Amino acid sequence: MVTRGFFSGRKPPTDADERIPPGQYLEQGFPVLSAGPTPHVRTEDWSFTLKHGPRPIKKWNWTEFNALPLTKMTRDIHCVTAWTKFDTAWQGVLVDDILADAGIEPPTAFTLALSFDGYTTNVPTQDLTAGKAMVALLYEGKPITPDHGAPARLLVPHLYFWKSAKWLNGLQFTERDEPGFWELRGYHIYGDPWREQRYTGDS
Amino acid sequence: MSDGPAAQSPWQTVTITGIEKRTPRVTSFFLQPSRPFAYRAGQHVDVRLTAPDGYQARRSYSIASAPEAGETIELAIERLDDGEVSPFFHDIAAVGDEVELRGPLGGHFVWSDSDGGPLLLVGGGSGVVPLMAMIRHRAARKSTVPAALVFSARIWEEVIFRDELIGLDDRRDGFDLVLALTRELARRPTDYSRRVDTAMMEQSMLRLPAPARFAFVCGSNAFVSAAAQALIDAGVPAGLIRTERYGV
Ligand SMILES: Cc1cc2nc3c(=O)[nH]c(=O)nc-3n(C[C@H](O)[C@H](O)[C@H](O)COP(=O)(O)OP(=O)(O)OC[C@H]3O[C@@H](n4cnc5c(N)ncnc54)[C@H](O)[C@@H]3O)c2cc1C
Repeated sequence: MVTRGFFSGRKPPTDADERIPPGQYLEQGFPVLSAGPTPHVRTEDWSFTLKHGPRPIKKWNWTEFNALPLTKMTRDIHCVTAWTKFDTAWQGVLVDDILADAGIEPPTAFTLALSFDGYTTNVPTQDLTAGKAMVALLYEGKPITPDHGAPARLLVPHLYFWKSAKWLNGLQFTERDEPGFWELRGYHIYGDPWREQRYTGDS
Repeated sequence: MSDGPAAQSPWQTVTITGIEKRTPRVTSFFLQPSRPFAYRAGQHVDVRLTAPDGYQARRSYSIASAPEAGETIELAIERLDDGEVSPFFHDIAAVGDEVELRGPLGGHFVWSDSDGGPLLLVGGGSGVVPLMAMIRHRAARKSTVPAALVFSARIWEEVIFRDELIGLDDRRDGFDLVLALTRELARRPTDYSRRVDTAMMEQSMLRLPAPARFAFVCGSNAFVSAAAQALIDAGVPAGLIRTERYGV
């Protein structure tokens, strides 16, 4: 339906079109969205736990985690509130490298990302491996700020950005695909921006 | 609070049936859905505009009306001069026009009287909109759940829903309005002439007969960060605080 009197004002350059998923617009800033107050997690208090169900597989403190191989990833990110940001530059530890350090293959097909504030989000394990996702520690070369998930956040850039859990403190392998915080509150179980899977019921 | 998944909610056409200026920068738009829907106080909708060449812009807007208000929903939209969608509403949209809408959306920033209280609401500027839906819902249900709204605006003239809020405050039925004007002197003895801070949160909580069971904070990102921190410093457990950030 064409809206009377509305004309393309801020149409992105045409070469950008193919990088912007349907229903998204290009954003220059970096908006902040979250369900509650910003937790302030000190690196001394931070740890990261890999779990299979309730059972811990391996736990790293901040120093141990920073000793893992660091990888750079520059990616476009897509927030479900309809902004897309190009070329965000992150550095962190690939999920592959975390698994390698723990000496395991992924034990199940599903994963829940766990955060300090109780936030959870589910991601199929195969969307986290083979270089697709990392636990990011730096943004644009600097430590991530508290608003954006300090000291560590998940980065799964090919899914809507609520999947990239802030204030991350663990990954838990689950037997079934278990909906996380927003997935229980009306948001899509998978969240592919290119298929516009925003809300429950989007195909 | 029930958190079941929202039903499938595809786009629908809504007709603008009324336009009402609230403040110099905020105008309410009353929309009649072609397919009316039920919603909870605090939820939002997505609005989509389409240009002749197919270009689309979509934005989220909180619902200001109470779920009890009937089929027509009210949105209160602040004009951002260099924005894309809000100036369209302010400068172009007219009664009788149609836009596309999807919703209701969001299952976290919601309250109903059956959830109980006391309820502490903290809003900055247009961030008052979903809180207004909660306050109107409380009034429509004749609920006596104790509730306090701390509402920060720059000046008296920019207090959205001012007369209605003061009218509800005057009922003395357990709802308390606290205005925090950041660029003008307070006019009512109970109001403040400064930005929200820890002391203001402590004093506002004393207006409630018992510690808050729910705290809802909404506004710009900067406002929400500051207000949520002030609540925490005033002793509200972080786990009780729900936030809605309007972005940048
Ligand atoms: C859940 C939710 C509920 C909301 N509820 C309300 C509500 O009840 N009332 C309300 O008024 N708002 C609400 N908002 C905010 C609303 O969705 C819009 O963000 C707001 O109306 C601005 O949209 P816009 O198109 O006018 O401005 P935009 O075009 O999005 O611009 C916003 C600002 O960013 C800058 N900007 C953005 N992109 C560019 C660019 N490419 N180039 C230059 N500058 C740019 C502009 O300077 C402008 O000031 C809500 C947001 C959310 C997430």
